[in-house]
Amino acid sequence: MVTVWAVGEVADGKPSKLTLELATTARSLGGGETATLLVGEGAAAAAAEVAAFSTRVMVVETGAPGGPVAASMATRIAALVSQRSPDLLLIGATPDGKDVAGALVGLTDLPILVNGSGMTWEDGAPHVEMSTFGGRLVTRSTFTGSRGIILIRPSSVTAEQAQQTGEVEAIPLDAVDELPPVRVTDRVAKAGAAASIDDARVIVGGGRGVGDAQGFRLIQDLADALGGAVGATRAVVDAGWIAYGQQIGQTGKIVKPSLYLACGISGAIQHKVGVQTAGTIVAINKDPDAPIAEFADLLVVGDLFQIVPALTEAIQARRRGSS
Amino acid sequence: MHIVVLLKAVPVVGTERLDPSAYVQRAQLEANGNDEYVLEKALKLTEANGGEVSLLSMGPPAALDALRKALAMGATRAYHVTDDAIAGSCIRATVAILAAALRKLEFDLLFVGADTSDGLGGVVAPALAARLGLPYLSYASEIEPLDGGVRVRRLSAAGYDVLEAPTPALVMGTQVLGEPRYPSLRGIMQARSKEVVTWSLADLGIEPPSVGESGATTRLTGSKAPPARSGAQVVRASPEESVTAVIDFLAARRLI
Ligand SMILES: Cc1cc2nc3c(=O)[nH]c(=O)nc-3n(C[C@H](O)[C@H](O)[C@H](O)COP(=O)(O)OP(=O)(O)OC[C@H]3O[C@@H](n4cnc5c(N)ncnc54)[C@H](O)[C@@H]3O)c2cc1C
Ligand SMILES: Nc1ncnc2c1ncn2[C@@H]1O[C@H](COP(=O)(O)O)[C@@H](O)[C@H]1O
Repeated sequence: MVTVWAVGEVADGKPSKLTLELATTARSLGGGETATLLVGEGAAAAAAEVAAFSTRVMVVETGAPGGPVAASMATRIAALVSQRSPDLLLIGATPDGKDVAGALVGLTDLPILVNGSGMTWEDGAPHVEMSTFGGRLVTRSTFTGSRGIILIRPSSVTAEQAQQTGEVEAIPLDAVDELPPVRVTDRVAKAGAAASIDDARVIVGGGRGVGDAQGFRLIQDLADALGGAVGATRAVVDAGWIAYGQQIGQTGKIVKPSLYLACGISGAIQHKVGVQTAGTIVAINKDPDAPIAEFADLLVVGDLFQIVPALTEAIQARRRGSS
Repeated sequence: MHIVVLLKAVPVVGTERLDPSAYVQRAQLEANGNDEYVLEKALKLTEANGGEVSLLSMGPPAALDALRKALAMGATRAYHVTDDAIAGSCIRATVAILAAALRKLEFDLLFVGADTSDGLGGVVAPALAARLGLPYLSYASEIEPLDGGVRVRRLSAAGYDVLEAPTPALVMGTQVLGEPRYPSLRGIMQARSKEVVTWSLADLGIEPPSVGESGATTRLTGSKAPPARSGAQVVRASPEESVTAVIDFLAARRLI
């Protein structure tokens, strides 16, 4: 029987949304033995919530690690993998998830499939779907053997609770082989950090057409009216109008909102790769021939400085009307 | 200070396609965008503190163009791992080959890109660090050499973490490190005579069947075009009418 582990991420004693998605995916696979593995500081506190989505939860509580989270997670997972030999590990394609997964490849020599946007189970094997080549191709891949690690993107599935709450197993794990030391000497939180685009349902993106840093106020207001987050192109991140954490695209984040509203964005291929799996794309651009016309669902030809504030007002009015 | 920069030659972004045997076609290649950011930082650090930058790339003969461009930007020399048996290598094999090549080199810092435009994996860096037993500092937005060590700002959801480790160490960098320079005419001339060391699998002590197509641990089982977007509905109207059109469109799709 196939053993599948979803590897969760915990911050401040809470599981990420992606953790619940991975638990759901694991449960839906193969009818084998599935579990969600939580490793790290706050793992124990997060277990109850995760159990509602899992057949079983394995908890390795570590307390605060002295170094980066991924390193302390990877060594412990590697130790468990060698003790219990699971067939498949599902890990989130997030910065920490990729660090954990990569370190596991180095430590265990397990094969890996990356950038998964969906997954099916056929003939006893996982088939992983990935969107590639700037969204021009969807590929499916599997392992040549029976074991491996699979990286899955956020929002690939909708998390669903299990019919029965899973059992929680606390696993004491001391003395594991440590990776070479990296010390965290400071953690700096920037004031007024913007809402995360990682799993936002609505993202309003701003590009060079927004004019300057001040112009992003309009984008922020529209995002607020829609209950969404603000995204951006590299051009405006490089210009310092907005933080790198909001950048969408090849060297930024790949996002999958239900609605992407692109304002003053040309739609360069490096930007497109980050949003092409959005549910609906609406673009506001004064150039009808901008490349974004090729992948938007609705293109409004016009000046964003006229349209965006009016749109924000109309949405606010609609909200007031319906409440 | 000796910095080794890993640089993959990838298909020109926007032109990628599969060849008849379902591998990514590697005819017209360019340096992976993310790798150019870490290269730029390596050049800046050695220009300020002295030292040399070596490039390491695994890939087909066509990768040489990308290496020449990186040499023209200012790197000192390049190591090119190339061998017919490499085609079709999975990530596990890529890590094994790059690790074998890196074991032949001595360096203070190893710089790796965040991910590749053709693979979008972002796992080669941590895998190499774990395999080689190097301290791993990832998602760097700033890199500062210390006496016998390195300090890095790692981007976090809230802001950044400051990480420190002894060298040799592996640093995976992001675009925030700064925009890569264009090669100067002088750089391009100089690059022609810079050293490019070519290594085969035999030079690295790797058995060909363990890598490439025969040693692949993953395989493609299908590919298809994504569901086509129906093409943009275009609105050209006054701002007021445009707003109404957007609202109606969003409402029809139950997005507001
Ligand atoms: C290696 C590499 C990696 C990259 N990675 C990324 C990435 O991750 N993400 C990314 O976004 N880019 C990335 N880029 C950059 C990308 O190629 C484009 O340069 C960038 O996306 C362009 O940003 P933009 O759309 O804001 O600006 P522009 O291309 O300048 O477009 C501005 C648009 O605004 C419109 N406009 C102007 N004024 C108005 C107005 N008043 N009202 C309405 N419309 C208006 C214009 O018609 C135009 O279409 C990368 C490039 C490279 C080489
Ligand atoms: N074939 C290769 N040759 C040199 N460097 C590579 C190669 N493959 C990956 N890398 C490095 O590893 C990084 C991450 O790659 P990946 O995990 O494949 O997305 C890249 O940005 C490169 O710096």
